[in-house]
This record gives sequence, structure tokens and C-alpha cells, in this order.
Amino acid sequence: MSTRPPYNTEDVKVAPVLEPGHTYASVTDKISAIVLTRPTSLGWVAGFALTFTLVMVLTVSLAWLIIKGVGIWGINVPVGWGFAIVNFVWWIGIGHAGTLISAILFLLNQKWRTSINRFAEAMTLFAVACAGIFPLIHTGRPWMAYYMFPYPSTMYLWPQFRSPLIWDVFAVSTYGTVSLLFWFVGLIPDLATLRDRALKKPMQIIYGMLAMGWRGSARHWHRYQSAYLLLAGLATPLVLSVHTVVSFDFAIAIVPGWHTTIFPPYFVAGAIYSGFAMVISIAIPLRKAYDLEDFITMHHLENMAKVMLATGLIVAYGYYFEYFMSVYSGNKFDLYLTKMRFHGPYSHFYYALILCNILTPQLLWFRKARTNIPLLFVMSLVVNLGMWLERFVIVVISLTRDFMPSAFGRYSATAWDYATFAGTIGLFVMLLFLFVRVMPAISIAEMRELVAETSEDHQ
Amino acid sequence: MEHRSHIYGVLAEFPTPHELIHAVEKTREAGYRRIEAYTPFPVEGLSEALALKRNKVPLITLIGGLTGGLGGFFFQYWVSVLAYPLNIGGRPLNSWPAFIPVTFELTVLGAALSAVFGMLALNGLPRPHHPLFNVQRFVRHATSDRFFLCIEARDPKFNLSESAHFLQTLHAAHVIEVEDD
Repeated sequence: MSTRPPYNTEDVKVAPVLEPGHTYASVTDKISAIVLTRPTSLGWVAGFALTFTLVMVLTVSLAWLIIKGVGIWGINVPVGWGFAIVNFVWWIGIGHAGTLISAILFLLNQKWRTSINRFAEAMTLFAVACAGIFPLIHTGRPWMAYYMFPYPSTMYLWPQFRSPLIWDVFAVSTYGTVSLLFWFVGLIPDLATLRDRALKKPMQIIYGMLAMGWRGSARHWHRYQSAYLLLAGLATPLVLSVHTVVSFDFAIAIVPGWHTTIFPPYFVAGAIYSGFAMVISIAIPLRKAYDLEDFITMHHLENMAKVMLATGLIVAYGYYFEYFMSVYSGNKFDLYLTKMRFHGPYSHFYYALILCNILTPQLLWFRKARTNIPLLFVMSLVVNLGMWLERFVIVVISLTRDFMPSAFGRYSATAWDYATFAGTIGLFVMLLFLFVRVMPAISIAEMRELVAETSEDHQ
Repeated sequence: MEHRSHIYGVLAEFPTPHELIHAVEKTREAGYRRIEAYTPFPVEGLSEALALKRNKVPLITLIGGLTGGLGGFFFQYWVSVLAYPLNIGGRPLNSWPAFIPVTFELTVLGAALSAVFGMLALNGLPRPHHPLFNVQRFVRHATSDRFFLCIEARDPKFNLSESAHFLQTLHAAHVIEVEDD
């Protein structure tokens, strides 16, 4: 084997995390202008209108659900979970990349996180909001959902703390709260910037109230940095715990295909996988629409593609191990389930999943594929689809083929299932559309820090 | 003396973080203690230049986390063993491994809430108005691209003309009086 690299090393330049030539004022102007002075484009209005329509679809679906009950969905014995849980797991997984970027990459001192962490955190919040809808409405009587919280009721009844479903309530609500805090703390200095640069009085008042009088005092920064670092340290185990607890919803049960110890790490890897895919799906149109190519550079896209490839391989290992364990264990129910994945009535979902999640991302080994923006965008959508299919395979194939042939069944989603799912996608994208217009989509204070650091590098 | 009570301090503006740190060091050498720097992003070395002590945010976070964790665990214990014991196949009532996920989540929740609200409380935020917001240049640049140093009037060494002149000698781009209100 030759040790010579297949390309001339001088030709390969690592793309910078920030294009040169930027000053404190220029990053401030450019990012705050998106919110404060840039006119609303026709594309924004069209996108907002489209997604708002989907939110109306969601509203109608939820209203009809509350009027008629969960019978409007395709769920029945034996598949009681259906789309609601598939979508819940999918959405909550997507949120994980935002926390990973903002917390873990912060602790690892990765400079490339700076320009993508803000909208990735916003994505986390919106994904958790969409995720939270599903278990709530899946209870059938969402107005009774407060039963899951421990409160002193007149019936002296308390939640069953040994149940993974109660763990889920605590994990997801803590995750939502901490993500919101982390996002908001990161926003405070930028809200102060917007307050000071807003031209209209109402904007000054609104941003002023949100900034809470931040004035950049060194003593404030001193405590702020401690708090931010601690939040990052807290969010890191939290994000790993959330999808672990979600996987416990399955792994604690004895259903074939669910009762396996590989689930927690494999769910966490899958969550980060789909989350990075979603960050790429958002970053590519965002940098194009708002001319942010200087800030979200090829460096970011390539790194995210590499993370996607790495976590995709962990997920592939998880699939392989599920297969291996069922064969190696010799458990006849597990073996039958594996056979049903390959040859059962839902096998086309399984093959599509392998195609989307394992085969397609192998293209990312090639630099040409990682730096081809349209291809990367398509691949990120393919991975998101694949991860949705994964959850469908886990929920539906196992429930339709458990222990007794007399209990076997089929599941098919109804139009209301699809409408609700499409509605949450609309809600997610609509919230992102609103977010880029009212909040700085890139952390301005951290970009100034990056300007300071990169200018020192040149000296 | 009468005029002095209407003055919050004098403010000097610098174009780069290095010049600010240099000025902070000189100002402390000159014996001023009630000084504060204002920067658009956290500047490395500034806390040391101002001789800031370790802050209390980590301690508050630890207390919050311990409270959340211990409270969470013993609440589950109380519910499952004392308040509403359920005998399920003779399994132990204090099934502590099953209480760990909720205990963990509440530890993180308690710690995160106390980190954020502790930081805000120690910083005295929210505080909608501050005398510095009377200064146009401060509002325009402090959260954007300039670095400020303020000698406050409550400093025992403070004298409006002398302190302002002192800041001039540090090559400040602007020296501005800050009115109190």
C-alpha cells in the first residue's frame, strides 16, 4: 500500500469556520439585520403560508380527535401505539442534535459549533414541542394528562414511579425545560444587542424586557460563563438520559424485538443521527436564504456530515446486533420476529429502512458527496425518513407479531394519522420560520468571540 | 460636592479588548477599586485583570442539584413505601433502582434551574434601567463592537475631573461622564 494520499495535500484546504474579513461590527450588523431591517421576502411569506396551512390541518385533526376519540386513528388491538408513538420517538430524537451541538461540542471546545448552535437549539425546542403533543393526545383524554404528575389529589393516588412511562414524563419535561433555559441564557446578550439596535419603540420594549437589562458587565459575564458551562455539563448527561428513558419504554417490556439491552445506546445514536440530519436539512436552506454562507461554511456542513456518518454506523451496528442477538439467543419468538422483519407483511418498510439509514449514507465517506450541497440536503432528508421508518418497524412489526398467533394482527394508519403527522411537521417548520424573523438565528456574542479568536490567530 | 451626587461615574471607550485589559490594569494600579468593564462578549483575562473572585454560581448549582436529587428520591420513597404502598407479587416496596431515572432527571432539573436563576439573581437581573443606558455611545456600541471601562462615583478615590483626566491618559477613544438618575 502506498502511503501517498490520493490527492495533492496542498490542494485540499480546510474550509474556515468563519470567512476572513469580519469584524465585531460586521457580524453584529449582518446577523441582527436579518431580524431588524431585512424586508420580509416573498419566499418567507409563501413558506409561512404553506406551513401555517399545515398547522390548520393539525388543529382540525386534534379537534376531531378530541371530539371522537382515538378511534379515528388506525390503532386497535394488538397495535395500540401506532403513529403517535412512532412520531413521538422520531421528534424527540431529532431534538437531540441541538443539545449535542450546544452542550457536548461546547464542552469539547469545538469552534465550528458557534454558528450553528442557536438554530439547532431552537430546533430542539420545536421538536420537543411536536414530540410532546403525541403522548399527550395518545392518552385518549388529554385533559386528564395532569394525572401523570405527582400532585396531592383527593383520591390519595400517586404516579407509579416504577413505570417507564412515568420516567418518560419526567425525562421529557426536564429535557424541554433545560433546553429552554439553555437557549434563553444563550440569547440574553443577543437580545441586548437587538434592544440597542432596534429602530422602532415596540421592538425596543419587547427586546428590552427579554434582555432583562443585560449590559455586558464583566462581573455579569463572569457568572454568566459559569452558569453556561454548568448548563452544558448538565445537558450532556441529560440528553443521553432522555433517549435512554424513551428506549426503556420499549426495552422494559417483554415484547419480542423490544426486550433488549442494546436499545439505550442504539436509540441515543439514532437520535443524534436523525437530529444531525435535521440540522443539515435546516442549515442548507437557511444559509442560502439569508446569505449566511460566510458564517455557516462548508466546514460546518462537512463536519455535520461526518457526525451523521459516524452515528449512522453506530445505528447500523445496532441493527446488526438486534439480528445477531435474536439468532444467537435461539429464542423462538425473537427468531420469528426477525424472520417477519425480512419476510413479513411489513418487510418493505424494513428494506426501505436499510436503504435509507445504512446504504445511502455510505456515500458520505467521499469528500465529493459531503461537499455537494444538493446531494447532502437530499441525503439528510433520506436519513430523516429512514429514522422514521426505524421507529415504525420497531413499534408495528413487534406488536403485530408477538407471542400467540391468535393475537397477530395488522396495522394501517388512517388519513387522520397522516394529517396529524403532517400537521406537526408544519408546526415545526412554521416555528422555525417565525424564529428566524424574530430572534438572531446565529449567536452574535459568540460570533464576536470567534472574530476575536481568529484575528488573534492571524497576529 | 452637590454636583457629585448626580454623577454615576466616568466611562472610557476602547476599540479592542487588549486596550481595555491594559486600561483596567492601569486603573487598578492607580488605586481605583469601584470599577467595572463592559464588553460585547466575554473577554479572556478580563476577570483576572479586575481581580474578580470565584463566583457563587457553582455552589448554588450544587445545592440545587442535591435538593432536586434527594427530594426526588425521597419523594418517590415516600409515595411508594409510606403513602400508597402497593404489594405487587411481594416485590420490595423500596425498589430503588426503579427510582433512579426520575431521581436523575430531578437532579438535573434542580441544578439547571438554580444555575440560571442563581446567575440572574447574583447579577441583579432583571434590571430594566441603568444609569449607563443614559450614554448614547454605550447603548450604541457596548453590545456591539466597543469595550468600556467605568470608574464609579462611589469609589473613594473618585474625582470627576481627575478621574476623567486619568482615563484620557490611558488613550481612551472617548471619555464620557455618566449621569445618575
